[in-house]
This record gives sequence, C-alpha cells and structure tokens, in this order.
Amino acid sequence: MQESAINLAVQLIISANPDLFEIIGLSLRVSLSSVVLSLVFGLSLGAFLATDHFRGRQLINVLINALMSMPPVVVGLFVYLAISRSGPLGWLGLLYTPTAMIIAQTMLITPLVAALSRQVIEDLYNEYREQFLSLQLTRPQRMKALLWDARYSLLTVALAGLGRALSEVGAVIIVGGNIEHLTRVMTTAIALETSKGDLALALALGLILLSLALLINILLSSLNISARRQAYA
Amino acid sequence: MKIFSCTSLLLLIVTLFSSVVVADSKQILVQSTTSTANSGFYKYLLPMFETQTGIKVNVVAVGTGQAIRNARNCDADVLLVHAKAAEDAFVADGFGVERFDLMYNDFVIIGPAGDPANVSKQSDIHNALKNISTVNALFASRGDNSGTHKKEQSLWHAININTEAVKPSWYRSTGSGMGATINTAIGLGAYTLTDRATWISFKNKDDFKIQFQGDPKLFNQYGVTLVNPEKCPSVSQHSAQQFIDWLLSKKTQQSIAAFAVDGEQLFYPNAK
Amino acid sequence: MHNVIDINANKPVVGTTRLPTKAQPSRRSKLELNNISYSVNGKRILQNIKLNLPPQGITAIMGFNGAGKSILLKIMHGILKPTTGTVLWNQQPSDAKHRLTQSMVFQKPVLLRRSAKANIDFVIKQRGTHKPALRNALLVKVGLANKASQPARLLSGGEQQRLALARALACQPDIVFLDEATASLDPASSAIIEQIVSDEAALGTKFIMVTHDAAQAARIADEVVFMDAGQITEYASAEQFFNAPISQAATAYLEGRLHHQ
Repeated sequence: MQESAINLAVQLIISANPDLFEIIGLSLRVSLSSVVLSLVFGLSLGAFLATDHFRGRQLINVLINALMSMPPVVVGLFVYLAISRSGPLGWLGLLYTPTAMIIAQTMLITPLVAALSRQVIEDLYNEYREQFLSLQLTRPQRMKALLWDARYSLLTVALAGLGRALSEVGAVIIVGGNIEHLTRVMTTAIALETSKGDLALALALGLILLSLALLINILLSSLNISARRQAYA
Repeated sequence: MKIFSCTSLLLLIVTLFSSVVVADSKQILVQSTTSTANSGFYKYLLPMFETQTGIKVNVVAVGTGQAIRNARNCDADVLLVHAKAAEDAFVADGFGVERFDLMYNDFVIIGPAGDPANVSKQSDIHNALKNISTVNALFASRGDNSGTHKKEQSLWHAININTEAVKPSWYRSTGSGMGATINTAIGLGAYTLTDRATWISFKNKDDFKIQFQGDPKLFNQYGVTLVNPEKCPSVSQHSAQQFIDWLLSKKTQQSIAAFAVDGEQLFYPNAK
Repeated sequence: MHNVIDINANKPVVGTTRLPTKAQPSRRSKLELNNISYSVNGKRILQNIKLNLPPQGITAIMGFNGAGKSILLKIMHGILKPTTGTVLWNQQPSDAKHRLTQSMVFQKPVLLRRSAKANIDFVIKQRGTHKPALRNALLVKVGLANKASQPARLLSGGEQQRLALARALACQPDIVFLDEATASLDPASSAIIEQIVSDEAALGTKFIMVTHDAAQAARIADEVVFMDAGQITEYASAEQFFNAPISQAATAYLEGRLHHQ
C-alpha cells in the first residue's frame, strides 16, 4: 500500500495532473491567505497583550491559549452558522466559497499566532522595557519596534500557523463543502478518497501535501538562517 | 501607515476572492447524499447538463440527514437524497416545493468472506439481521441520521431489536459517512448496510463481499426536490427547476441507466 | 545627615567638536528631589532623599552595592515612580515633556536587533526628525563610523556601550543618566566614554552617573553624591569628597573597606 501510494504520488506529479494542481493551488491560496490575515490580527493582538499590564490581561491570555486548542470542526460550525444563507451574514453569499474557508481558517489560526507571538514579544519586551520607558515610546512605537526586532522568531510562529492551516480539514470541509473545482483542497480531497476506500490515492495525496509543507519550510528556514547569519536575531 | 497597509491588504484579499463569489450567477447548489458523488455519478452526468445549459452545478456531498439540515438552512437550491419519509417531511414543512422520484437501487449487507452469521443463506433481510444479533456478530452502523442509517434503523425496528435503547455490544455506531463506516467495518470484520452504488465503487474492499441482497425491503429510492423559493429567497429557482426537469427527462433517465462502474449498473431511473 | 547642599561647580565651557545642530543648552535641567522615598513590598530602599543638583556639570553618585543608587537614578529619570516625594525640574514636576530632553545608558546596553546606525536612527526618528548627519557625527564621535552597518548585537561589549551612549546623545538631551555605564568595559572603551562625557558636559549637557570607579569619578566628576543604605550621606564637590570625605561610610568606601552601620 505504502509503496503503491508513493508510486501514485510520483505519477500524479509527473503527469502534471490538472485536478491535482488545481487543489494544490487552492490549498495554498486558502492557507497562505489565512496565515497572512492571522498574522495581521494575531501579531497586533500578541504585541498589544505583551506590551501592557492592564486589568484582565491574564484572563485574555488564558482565553487565547485555550482557543489555540479549539477543534477545527467547531470553528467551521460557528462560521457555517454565521454565513449560512439563513444566518446573520447569509446575504453575503459566502458559504461554499474559498473566502468562507479563509475566514474559518483565519479564526482558527489567529489565536495560535496571538498566543505564540505574545510569548515571543513579551520575552523581548522584558529585555527592552526600561530602555523603551527611557525613550518614552508610545504604545504603537513599542509594538512596532518589538515586532520588527522579533521578526525571525515570529517567522517560526507564522510557520506554525501555516502548518495548522495546511493540515486542517474539519473547518474547511464544513464551510467549503468540498465542491469539486470550487472548494476542494488537499485535505478535503484526502478525506474524500479515504471515504471512497481509495486509500492509496488518499495516502499519495497526503505524501504530496507533506512534501509541499516540507518545501515551504525549507524555503523559509533557509531565509531564516541566512538572515540569522547576519545576526540580527 | 500601518493601519493603511493592513487595510489595503485586507481589501486586496477580499477583492481576490470576491471574484469567485460573483463570477457566475448561473450556478446552482445541490445538497446531495454521498453515494451519488462518491460513485462518480455526478462526474458522469453533470457535464452533459452544464454544456447543454451553461449552468454550473455545485455539489455538496454529505449524509442525507445533514443534506436536509443544510437545505433547511436555505443552503441549497436542489436536494438530492434517499430518505423518502424525511424528504416528504421537508416538503410538508414548506422547505421543498415538490419531491420527485428520480431513480433507485438497493441496499446490501456486506460482511467478511467467512460470513460468521451465515446471512448469505437467509431468505429475507429480517432473518439475516436476526442471525447477526443471535451469534453476536459485529455490525457497524452509520449512526449519523443519514438515509442509510434511517433505513437500517427501520429494519432493526421491524424485528423488534432496539439498538438505540439496548446498545448491544456487537452493535457499533461509527457516527460517520458511508465510506468511513465501510472502512471501519472492514477493520473490525463487521457486517454493515450500504447502498450498492457506494459498495461497487468502493476501492478498499479487502476480503469483504455482498453477503445479502435482493430482498424488496432493501429498495433504495432517490428523490429530487426543489428548495422552496418562498422560504428561501436565495434559491436560483429558474436554473434549479431547469436542472430538475432535465434530470427527470426521458433522455437523462436513459443516461442514468447507462451509467456503470466495473460493468455494473448503479442506478435505475424511475421518474414518472 | 547632609541634606540639601547647593554647590555651583560648573566647569568653564571649552571649545570641542560640536555636534551639528546641537542647540544651546537649555536650563531645564535644574533638579530638585523632595523627600523621595521608595519601598518594594514594604522594604524601604530609599528614604527621605532631598537633593538639589545644578543644571550642568557631571554628578557622580557613589556608594556601596544596595545603597539604592540605581533606583535613585531611575526615579530622577522618571522611569520609576517614588513611593513618596516629588521630582522637580526647574521647579516643575517631572513630566513627559521634560523626560524627552533626557536619556539613559544602562549598565548592560539594551540594543535593538538592528545595525549600529539603525539603533541611532531609531531614536532620531522617534523624535520626529531624520538627521543622517547627526547620526554619522555620533558614530564618528564614538569611534564606530566603520561599523555603522554591522549588527549592533555583534559588536564587542565596549563598542555596544559606546553605541548606547551615541544613541543616548541622539535625542540631543539636556541631561544624560549613566547607570554604571563603564562597569564591565576595558580601560580603552572606558576612556573613550569618559572623553565623550567630558566633552558633552563641557558643551552644556548635564550628566548624572552612578559609578563604582572612584578614579573615574575623580577624573571627570564635578561633584559627588554619596549614598549609604538608602540615604544620601554626603554631597560635595569632587575635590572635597576625594580629599576629605566627611562620613565614615564614604571614608570606608574610598579606602576599599566594607562599612557596617
């Protein structure tokens, strides 16, 4: 089985199977968009929480940490109820579109990015705090400086987010519907082939997804290493 | 500055994907049972409709129970499932305009090659199921309120075995789709009830085979229903009606009859 | 207990290399501490500090470890709030506007994870201007012109502290606080920093520095504040302090003995 799956995976790639490339493309589009959006929201939130000690901050931290382990299916269901045609946002017509999948994955990943980046930024802020006080930086100035100086650690946070996005199936299958040529991505295709009993194809798709993740990680970590060599980290 | 760049980023992404949303208004959404999708039936049939009419048909394949629930939320233009009673209720509650018989096939009991409950020798489905329960052979149930699950429950009910209340140890509820349940049944060496189309097109059969079939009680009727535009104004009534008319037309019914997997016919058209 | 002593120990201004656009020293840096106390978890670290400092010159704060020197420095700078008492600059309560004319160099330099010049630019930009000429002049002044583009955190300890000093001067402050800024540096780096401090002080910038280096204080300080156990026990001109310390604690300190009260 494993051997035939590897053969099949290689065959699919060599033959440049258009369906395969379509779902890989959509997977990347959805996951990368969600990660970018999650970074916008999550990093802002993480930097905000790291740079002040307001009342209730600890509660929010605990809450966000808990949200990190939110099951994708629950997020999917939540988004489905909101954007279903009978839901409060139904008029937007977003259900069963890539946009819906991006919204769901963004909600899934934002807590992860926020929690991890808060920790990274807080550690750095402990080092910078007195200097920043002395310089009398405003809150946005502090956040901006910390985000920039923590950029290489935050790249790892982004990768963690991308990993969760690329591997997630529960949320996208509910709000995307796994519609062929429209919302079918790698993970939902794997789920589908498994349910059709085509385990070899499912495994082959899994191997391709894994290679894709590996490729992205190699790409980004080589960027990371060459930058660290310049020792800005 | 930062806020500006964030906003423009958001706008960029929204525009990028909004194109998908508004690109083609000539499309309809079908909430469907899985057997028609997983067997390749739609892949065979829908291109004919799409080239003829230019209407794109998007299919969401879930269990019949969930398909009906989604359609009740107006997340469908057309409902294509196989649980007549539930479909009639859907229409009676005002969510569907009218239900039409589309085609049928039958359910079968699949099980391990050894057939420990000896169901293949039974004359009818009731005796087959009774045997499974008497020898405590494992039975995997969908347990997901799908059309197949409802059918299976009605069969147990008919021989006075209440799997819900008694929860016999040989009865395993998977709470998953047909494919996942067959995978589980094969893993457990358990019997299970499946529609013939899913089984024929299933790839991971292992040593499992159809151990019981042919009882008229295992009749499996597929129906198609237009979601009521009065309840759900979002329904693309014209295109959806066109699709249903096309499905029920003589020519399409012939095409349905011609669809086969591994030389076996999967669906028998019976539109009136 | 020597409370408020006011000595005017301003050195005459001598001409040195001037930084471009360096404004004439404002007279905002006359410092007045009124009954400053500071406690942490009920433990008194500073008590009843009263002090008037002139707006110019170099003031050294000396004393045993744990005397509260750094805490006092941070309270003067406004990055720590005293438990009681007030800090007045030219009779005005310390506020954000005052503090924008101050900067501080810490014992362990806190450098941003950027190039040397970006560290200085950060402060210049934060003050709302863009002055590459000022930045370049500062880098030359601290001897880092040839390392402008290097990552700040890869510089040697001495270079890092010189960069921190250059950055502290980048906002063209009226007053600079140095918290044991040369404590872990080699003599050469210390000498460069001392030279810059002397030069800038001569141009009118006020320096208040915590130091354990008596020789350094003797070389560059105009006056000395001596602290013992959270109190100021002596405030005198540098000359007087080093030649004839009054308090027993200061005598012990200068002789290199531990002083037990």
